[in-house]
Amino acid sequence: MVHLPLTQAMKATDEALSIDEYQDAGGYAALRTAVTAMTPGEVVAAVTESNLKGRGGAGFPTGKKWSFVPRPNKRNGAAFLVVNADEMEPGTFKDRLLLERNPHLVLEGALAAAFAIQADTVYLFVRWAYKKAAQRLTTAIAEARGRGYIGDNIFGSRFCARVHVHTSFGRYMCGEETGLLNALAGKRASPRGKPPFPQVVGLCGRPTVVNNVETVCNVPPILAAGSAWFKSLSKTGDSGTKLYGASGRVRAPGLWELPMGTTAREIIEKHAGGVRSGYSLRGFLPGGASTDFLTNKHLDVPMDFDAMQGAGSRLGTGTVIVLDDRTCPVAMVHNLVAFFARESCGWCTPCRDGLPWTRNILDDIEHGKGRPEDLDRLELHCKLLGPGRTFCALAPGAMEPLQSALKYFREDFERHIAEKRCPYKHDR
Amino acid sequence: MLTQEEKDAINAECGSAPSARAVAPHALGAVQRRRGWISDESLKDVADHLTMSPAELDSIATFYNRIYRSPVGRHVILLCDSVSCWIMDYEYLLQHLLTKLEISAFGQTTKDGMFTLLPSACLGACDHAPAMMVDQELFGDLTRQSIDEVIDRYRNADNGERTAPSPAATGHAF
Repeated sequence: MVHLPLTQAMKATDEALSIDEYQDAGGYAALRTAVTAMTPGEVVAAVTESNLKGRGGAGFPTGKKWSFVPRPNKRNGAAFLVVNADEMEPGTFKDRLLLERNPHLVLEGALAAAFAIQADTVYLFVRWAYKKAAQRLTTAIAEARGRGYIGDNIFGSRFCARVHVHTSFGRYMCGEETGLLNALAGKRASPRGKPPFPQVVGLCGRPTVVNNVETVCNVPPILAAGSAWFKSLSKTGDSGTKLYGASGRVRAPGLWELPMGTTAREIIEKHAGGVRSGYSLRGFLPGGASTDFLTNKHLDVPMDFDAMQGAGSRLGTGTVIVLDDRTCPVAMVHNLVAFFARESCGWCTPCRDGLPWTRNILDDIEHGKGRPEDLDRLELHCKLLGPGRTFCALAPGAMEPLQSALKYFREDFERHIAEKRCPYKHDR
Repeated sequence: MLTQEEKDAINAECGSAPSARAVAPHALGAVQRRRGWISDESLKDVADHLTMSPAELDSIATFYNRIYRSPVGRHVILLCDSVSCWIMDYEYLLQHLLTKLEISAFGQTTKDGMFTLLPSACLGACDHAPAMMVDQELFGDLTRQSIDEVIDRYRNADNGERTAPSPAATGHAF
């Protein structure tokens, strides 16, 4: 039985699996079964039963998301399935691997998802920087079209689907669900208010599901091997495997497909080879720039959706960013907030005005110009830019590393202010 | 004026777009590929071709990081300044690049018009931080020496056009 459904068939070298190699490893059998022997509702039920949760960061149950799409009718037209391959969360590089090395798994998953929601068009929304990924997907689409897996009457069924690669022109907001739909429609990638949810009123007003790359890649294995098997892959209540990663000052940064619920200790110490010699671990962001810091005491918490939330953070994208003891946490948070301030689309006030303000306060503190009351001002921003006050998750996401840094590394902020300098400046 | 070839390239983008308007960013991209950047005149020409107002098209052009509304050099260097590359000391490489290119800050173009240096958000190569892209090519595990090799390779292959040199035989390209 396969234990690593996402990566097991991949080659060791930097090459994509060809359609023949992918099929030799069992590829496209699940799509064939789905479109010839199952109803769309049965595919939705199978994925719901598997408890697959979205791998883009939010962890929303995939089957449930699909179930919100209304049955096709004349009024709302056919649905769209969009694969979100606009990977741009700082510290995240997991979808690149799947896109570049296993493009047919992405395609098969997208087609199965399209069948489940009865979409007739698939958009693969690929980040501008992922040139190789876009090329390999384009090649894979041509191969699949040549075999009749894309187009009309796929596997002799009534299912028809077109697949397009859409390369964007770059902005963090393109990865936000509703911002992505605006970008795909040629507009600024500002977010839309919800409701209506995209599953009902999405791209060009038609029902649209946006799924992350890693999410759709899990669909063919679930259909092929069943939900009991998928649940058995995990160490915890959240099913399946997860592409975990590590970057920062570790000996061997990289990506690994591991059972869901693997601990940060195992990822950092075993797979990434531990923190580099001369450095020690101070903390880590479990899943990208918009997750709360965790510290040494959280190293043995399973990295799944529920347990990370219980620890006060989020699984996010599952790609760990390590903070070592010689890197200034204030400067790191400044770097993170500066990113979010630059990428804010300016659509709503807390984000447009609050993020540059927060960045400037952090810049002052880092450069020895902070005042004691700045810490209260930062705490206030964490509330005013937090959940429920903005159209999308950009500003609340930016506050997650800040609020947790104020909690775990408060003495660093205080030292910067008291000593009027960064204590780490001459330490590197 | 848009050339016929540019108009054909824009029209070719319309095939897979969900609506006629949806082609706007790609229309700008098609013109930028040929001219390097989007001047006011180019913007107006594209807007006319798409029957949009220039103001509306400019709101799109200025939104996206990879549409250039100012002239850029024949090659654009995008140095990642996001968190993993920051931890791995991209700032030292920035100083080195500025010295090497004889410019003083991000956003500037070398005197010979060859390179423009821009900051970029996370390039998704964090396991090979620090990383940068030059045009279409991604480079990781950067050192001062590997940066010199990349810059010199582009300089040696320069023919006054925006064409890229042949890919590196060894080293740091992905």
